[in-house]
Amino acid sequence: MAWIIAIIVVVLLVIWYVTLYNGFIQIRTHVQESWSQIDVQLKRRNDLIPNLISTTKGYANYEQSTLKKVVELRNQLTAVPAGDRQQTMEVSNALSGTLRSLFAVAENYPDLKANTQFSQLMEELTNTENKIAYSRQLYNSTVANLNMKVQSFPSNLVANIHHFKQEAYLQVPEEEKAAPKVNFDDFGNDNK
Amino acid sequence: MLYEQIAMNKRRTGYVMVGFTLLVVALGAALGDVFAGNWLVGCLWALVVTAVYMLIMISNSTNVVMSLNNAREIKHEDQAPQLWHLIEDMALVGRVPMPRVFIIDDASPNAFATGNSPEHSAVAVTTGLLTRLNREELEGVIGHEISHVRNYDIRLQTIALALSAAISFLVNLASHLMWFGGGRDDDDRDSAGGAIAMVVSILLIFLAPLAASIAQMALSRNREYLADASSVELTRNPQGLISALEKIDDSEPMQEADPSSAAMYIGDPFKNKRKMTDLFATHPPIADRIARLEKM
Repeated sequence: MAWIIAIIVVVLLVIWYVTLYNGFIQIRTHVQESWSQIDVQLKRRNDLIPNLISTTKGYANYEQSTLKKVVELRNQLTAVPAGDRQQTMEVSNALSGTLRSLFAVAENYPDLKANTQFSQLMEELTNTENKIAYSRQLYNSTVANLNMKVQSFPSNLVANIHHFKQEAYLQVPEEEKAAPKVNFDDFGNDNK
Repeated sequence: MLYEQIAMNKRRTGYVMVGFTLLVVALGAALGDVFAGNWLVGCLWALVVTAVYMLIMISNSTNVVMSLNNAREIKHEDQAPQLWHLIEDMALVGRVPMPRVFIIDDASPNAFATGNSPEHSAVAVTTGLLTRLNREELEGVIGHEISHVRNYDIRLQTIALALSAAISFLVNLASHLMWFGGGRDDDDRDSAGGAIAMVVSILLIFLAPLAASIAQMALSRNREYLADASSVELTRNPQGLISALEKIDDSEPMQEADPSSAAMYIGDPFKNKRKMTDLFATHPPIADRIARLEKM
């Protein structure tokens, strides 16, 4: 009788251990997957930017300095080493900000706004920007999930044995979700 | 909170199935007793009919619901880029597969989600929603619909819908039988017990559809608050949904919504057309929903 109970206990322990271990594998996969979501969107945006530049360039004195900054940030972003998530996001945030002010300036150019190619590009870029924001939110919530499991008992035992580590959150600038506020005085005098 | 809700919804689906099945069995017994003089045969027939009917409904529910509501599917993002992109966004952050996308030609802003599981889900919005709401508001509404998908509300709703449709099918069948004189031949039902059984049976035949719709509506009322809250969890922006709900509340009723799917819409599609008592209301008052969102 006693050995039957012993076997049952051992079997249950093994099942419990395997479940916890698989849980970690799953979360880690989710973390990687949500990062790759961000990566895909960043690449997509980088591919869209040359189109944006060529579409807007035609509008004579349209924001030369801002356009230049967009190109510069885009090049910077492709130069960031692949593994550096934090730096990737920092450059990407700066690029988001510049693009947003570029769009806000477009409000002053009725011709440009009426250009169908430009409005399509704008929808594409807005979409990509939103996807970046949402993928980052997803990334952070999966990381939170992982970190919670790594720290709490009893899953921390399994985490220790198999070296599942906590991951860092992507920092979100406070103004990220707020509506774009653009001060037109900041854009110098080449505007109009 | 969300995971508990998902578990609760899966459990509730079970309760609803059991409850409705009992109702179907009781209805079948009543029908059998009145028309065939044998309640057991009635039970079996009702179960078989319901099972077949449910299988057909559930396997094809999305298409049935969409055609009932005159919705047309869009297959490519170019047909409605903003809507498509927002649904993609919300599916991404909610970690559910991209649902099928449908559009209903109606000037009144409204939307609903349906399907059997997150893998087989669909979201429908009216053209009025697309023209009257800005991106932020649309996002709130889509977040709400994706939350229904994520919470398994859609499965619960589909099964409740299929079961109440089966019940009304049985009752229709019964009323036809009544008119065309099915009836049983042996009239020797003079014992008091028999008479009571007869009255109870007839009452049951009339009350079953009512019970089915009350159950269906009560289920949907509670889900709305949770879907609102989960939408904010996805968008991190209560204001979008608040002003979307205000616009939906402020609009005329829909031209032709299907009454049996009314409970699925984000806002009651009939609103002023019929004054409903609380028992039959499919939606909590929008003012209440907004008040809850404002506290978030």
